[in-house]
Amino acid sequence: MLLTKMRYLNPYIAGVGLGLFLLAAFVFSGQGLGGSGAIMRTVVGGVKIFSQQHVDNNIYMVNYGGGKLNPLDSWLVFEVVGVFVGGLLSGILSGRFKAETNHGPRINRRKRLILSFLGGSLFGFGARYARGCTSGVALSGGATLAVGSWVTMFAIFFSAYALAYFLRKVWL
Amino acid sequence: MIFPLSHHLELSSESNYLIAFLIGIGFGFFLEQGGFGNANKLAKTFYFRDMTVVKVMFTAIVTAMIGLIIFRAFGLINMDQIWINPSYIVPGIFGGLVMGVGFIVGGYCPGTALVGMATLKVDAWINVLGGALGMYIAAEVIPYTYTFWKSTLIGERITLPEYFNISYGLTGFFVILFALAFFGFSEVMERKFGNREELR
Repeated sequence: MLLTKMRYLNPYIAGVGLGLFLLAAFVFSGQGLGGSGAIMRTVVGGVKIFSQQHVDNNIYMVNYGGGKLNPLDSWLVFEVVGVFVGGLLSGILSGRFKAETNHGPRINRRKRLILSFLGGSLFGFGARYARGCTSGVALSGGATLAVGSWVTMFAIFFSAYALAYFLRKVWL
Repeated sequence: MIFPLSHHLELSSESNYLIAFLIGIGFGFFLEQGGFGNANKLAKTFYFRDMTVVKVMFTAIVTAMIGLIIFRAFGLINMDQIWINPSYIVPGIFGGLVMGVGFIVGGYCPGTALVGMATLKVDAWINVLGGALGMYIAAEVIPYTYTFWKSTLIGERITLPEYFNISYGLTGFFVILFALAFFGFSEVMERKFGNREELR
């Protein structure tokens, strides 16, 4: 086991590796890879514990957990459990399995965590309107050449690049 | 047409879920290896200092796309059984713009945050918690904006080659050209703005 911190893999090699697993998802199961879907399903699972009626009456959540539907009974949920395990293995092997908060040099930990929470919330909110996130829409839909996925992909990068200048103190 | 195998072999959902888990491991492994578990590295993409995100993403898209186009050309894959994202254009743009803001503010996207969580990045745990809240809020808001959410559907499974009425091969060729141009651009920008120490 390598405990010293290792370099990241060459991005093009990492990209080919990712692409082959994405292709495998299509070839084996006819599925794309997802990130946010499993989080949404967990949320609906949580709401179900408090009120099944609330899920049944919500035109959006009912699709995930209406009646006897188990929101966690999904390919994407098992895939995300794998993502977690794969990330863990890679982190341990490369000496990056370490409790820390990564933040830019000009902000403190507390501010970073607040912004991370806020950014995560916005991302999660947007993902429900775009019907998926960078993994499920941009990556998977990019590879199947879905029209809407390419539109959403450009929208994501457009607003991130457009706002980057105003948030430079957060990251640089 | 033997692909997707789950359909061809009529796999049970248990075996299909096992496949999901194994493929997820590969996905998570390469995300982490690429550096996607670190928000600082991810965010540097948006300052042209470290273009890892776009390089990994476009290489992955091109790799999987070439595979799909070849399997399709040889009649090995039944595309009707492959998940293709629906194209709700205006909600897709709206959601994309909001996600972009979330990306630059929070430093992660959901998939990368999961990998950050796995390697104990506290900011990633917080990011996923935020994501769960954002999704819950969306689930409560969508019923009130349902007409908008369901609007501008140009096709449940429409693809670029169908939309522009050109072949899959030619579309793939343009995507590859676009990706190569972007890689060249990224290398130039990194040389210009990147800190060589940081980039190794």
